[in-house]
Amino acid sequence: MTDNHTTPLLSLRHLSISLPKGADRALAVEDVSYDVYRGEILCVVGESGSGKSMAANAVMGLLPKGVRASGGEALFDGQDLLKLSEKQHRTLRGLRIGMIFQEPMTALNPLMRVGDQIAEVFEAHGRLNGRERQKKALALLTEVGIPQPDKAIRAYPFQLSGGQRQRVMIAMALALEPELLIADEPTTALDVTTQAQILELIRDLQRRRGMAVMFITHDFGVVAEVANRVCVMRHGQIVELGKAQEVLKHPRHDYTRALIEAIPSNVIPEARGAETDTALLEVVGLNKVFRSKGGLFKAAREVHALQDVSFSLVKGETIGIVGESGSGKSTLGRCVVRLERPDSGTLKLSGTDFMNLQGEALRRERHRVQMIFQDPYASLNPRHRVGYAIAQGPMASGISKAQAFAKAKELLALVGLGGTDDRYPHEFSGGQRQRIGIARALAMEPELIVADEAVSALDVSIQAQILELLEELKQKLSLSLLFITHDLRVAAQICDRIIVMQHGRIVEQGSAREVFLAPQEAYTRELLDAIPGRDQELANA
Amino acid sequence: MLYVRLILMRLLKAVVVLFMIIIFNFFLIQMAPGDPAAILAGEAGATDEAFLRQLRERFGLDQPLYVQLWRYVSGIAMLDFGYSYRQGVPVFDLIMARMPATLLLTGTAFVLSLAMGIFAGSLAAARAKKPSGSLIMALALLFYATPLFWVALMSVVLFSVYLDLLPAYGMYTVGAGHTGLALVLDVAKHLILPATTLALFFMAIYTRMTRASMLEASQQDYVKTARAKGLKNSVIQRRHILRNALLPIITLAGLQAGQMVGGAILTETVFAWPGIGRLMYEALQQRDYNLLLGIFFFSAALVIVFNIITDLVYRLADPRIKEGS
Repeated sequence: MTDNHTTPLLSLRHLSISLPKGADRALAVEDVSYDVYRGEILCVVGESGSGKSMAANAVMGLLPKGVRASGGEALFDGQDLLKLSEKQHRTLRGLRIGMIFQEPMTALNPLMRVGDQIAEVFEAHGRLNGRERQKKALALLTEVGIPQPDKAIRAYPFQLSGGQRQRVMIAMALALEPELLIADEPTTALDVTTQAQILELIRDLQRRRGMAVMFITHDFGVVAEVANRVCVMRHGQIVELGKAQEVLKHPRHDYTRALIEAIPSNVIPEARGAETDTALLEVVGLNKVFRSKGGLFKAAREVHALQDVSFSLVKGETIGIVGESGSGKSTLGRCVVRLERPDSGTLKLSGTDFMNLQGEALRRERHRVQMIFQDPYASLNPRHRVGYAIAQGPMASGISKAQAFAKAKELLALVGLGGTDDRYPHEFSGGQRQRIGIARALAMEPELIVADEAVSALDVSIQAQILELLEELKQKLSLSLLFITHDLRVAAQICDRIIVMQHGRIVEQGSAREVFLAPQEAYTRELLDAIPGRDQELANA
Repeated sequence: MLYVRLILMRLLKAVVVLFMIIIFNFFLIQMAPGDPAAILAGEAGATDEAFLRQLRERFGLDQPLYVQLWRYVSGIAMLDFGYSYRQGVPVFDLIMARMPATLLLTGTAFVLSLAMGIFAGSLAAARAKKPSGSLIMALALLFYATPLFWVALMSVVLFSVYLDLLPAYGMYTVGAGHTGLALVLDVAKHLILPATTLALFFMAIYTRMTRASMLEASQQDYVKTARAKGLKNSVIQRRHILRNALLPIITLAGLQAGQMVGGAILTETVFAWPGIGRLMYEALQQRDYNLLLGIFFFSAALVIVFNIITDLVYRLADPRIKEGS
């Protein structure tokens, strides 16, 4: 083993990767050198656009069209990968280098059974015969801890959860026991508890097989969990490279420090306390059941998205609704803005019965509760200028065009995007689009804003900026906020009170401090324990 | 079991839809101007009132509308579509006599367009950035834009008149009295021009759709996964890209298949193909309403049948589609 540690398995030397003409910069990766040794996990950390995935794609020979390695070398076990023909490269892929991707939802062929997709790896390299491949696939599924592997092997991807699909991806990547595993943000799209399980699995398999792992992530929490060494990248260059513990504890570069600090920490800001005690939103015994329509010969299926949910929100307060996917937190948000009508219960907005409003009456009152959506890319109409996107709401409620547009300009300035009202959404970055989304919500002069995973799709440093903006606006405009998120840490930063949801029920509610530092319920503790890098932080604190 | 239940449900709905179509067609015909009895009498050179009355009585045209409708609907329930005013033969027999010729023509065109379209489309997708790929697309656009009857006439001029390779019209060589294999070959030779003409338009559509759909599928994450496994490009193209790209093609093929009875009027007329299309054309000209109604019924029934088949095929091809959703 010690011998292996002296010669790296993968060695990038002065690697440069050029982008096609017209991209925002000439080189995706510029003069990058790092090594990956057998038996270690190297984390490559960076925000979107840092070029962290590009080097991995070059190693796999999977660079997108128009992008090519323009300089340096990538030595794998002594041979330069950049000089290989496509055919030679193909024989390495899957056999000696395995790769797993970010999106477990789309990374599997929807029309093929899971077992067949795993068996394909053996087929690609001419190993085993049909029956042996299926047998091996079953063994692999068992190894990666899929429940009921004998059934999963016959399943189609849509029948599995996100975490299970990622396990299938891992089984596929490990089928031929590759020496190097490249994991490109493998846990980013997963719930915290699932993320913790997948990280555990990767660490476990890596130790058992003595593989080298190149782990690409944007999350320093994940780094703290799995990394032996860290390589921090920014704008295609290496900012810092070193042992994980050293980089985490004593980051030398400002950018690294900023990234680590941008992670919401265990330090909970003191709750400001509500300004008044008049309840703005009162929710009592809310229920919502989704029924899949049954046919003549088929029973209907019911999902209880909300079960007897009660809470109240005081004016000027921020409440965080925290839960994993399927917990009903988004349904709750959609009920509050009345995109969804609850089946029973009461929903009052400063005294008005918001639940039983219908038609025109509902349309008139809608402006009082506004929503900020998760995906800043999908929630703006690409054919509308952003000024118009913001002015549309006020215009629909009868404000003159000139006034509405003037106000849109003002609001854009307020969220830090002054003078951009005649641009289209594609001209903005994700963080900027989320600012536009906030301006759009504010244009209606709402009393309550529901933010559904409003920062989940953003890089950590951008996330911190948006949270800051929300906090600032809240003070300035004395807004109330219902902040829906899967991330307890984010909730703890911005919320006065936190409500934890599971299976459509409220599991625990209390002040951010209580819930975060002294959780009462087992499920809350489980969520907290699953946060990557938390032990590290507690040790540092 | 799942499929049996599904098919039963669909057939039940189909009966209701068919019933509505029958009634709708019946009233549509009633609204058409002209009295069939008068036309028949006129063609026979007779104008006296007694003869007209006799004609109306024979075809039940003297009855009140609701009686006519009831007789018609209850007749269809027993596969009795009445008599052709013109030919005095049961409508059912007339249609059945012409059905094989039409199905042979449209079926051949269907298979031809689907096979050639998907083949050309995959080829064009694989060579998306090469001149050969562009050439395929240019040809597809040409066939897509050219009117069917013009293609038909021009192919007759080229292949029959100038090159004298293929017969210009009909289904058999008249008077040759071929039997067995010789007959099959004779019909096949007659089939080539009309079938190709009919296939070209849909072939062009399939080509364009297959190409676009494959290019889109090749951008998907699972294709990258497949490449990361070390699979050969040809295997990825076939197993991962083409299979996913074919899903929208199935929908379109279902639409085309539904037109197999009624969609060949033009081609059958130009090539004098003895099929339903020509029968319909004649029935229209002669105001043979009973016959027309019968043809309407059969083409509607076929559309419904192929809709059901399309749904079933789609379910087989895409495991994500579950019953009832």
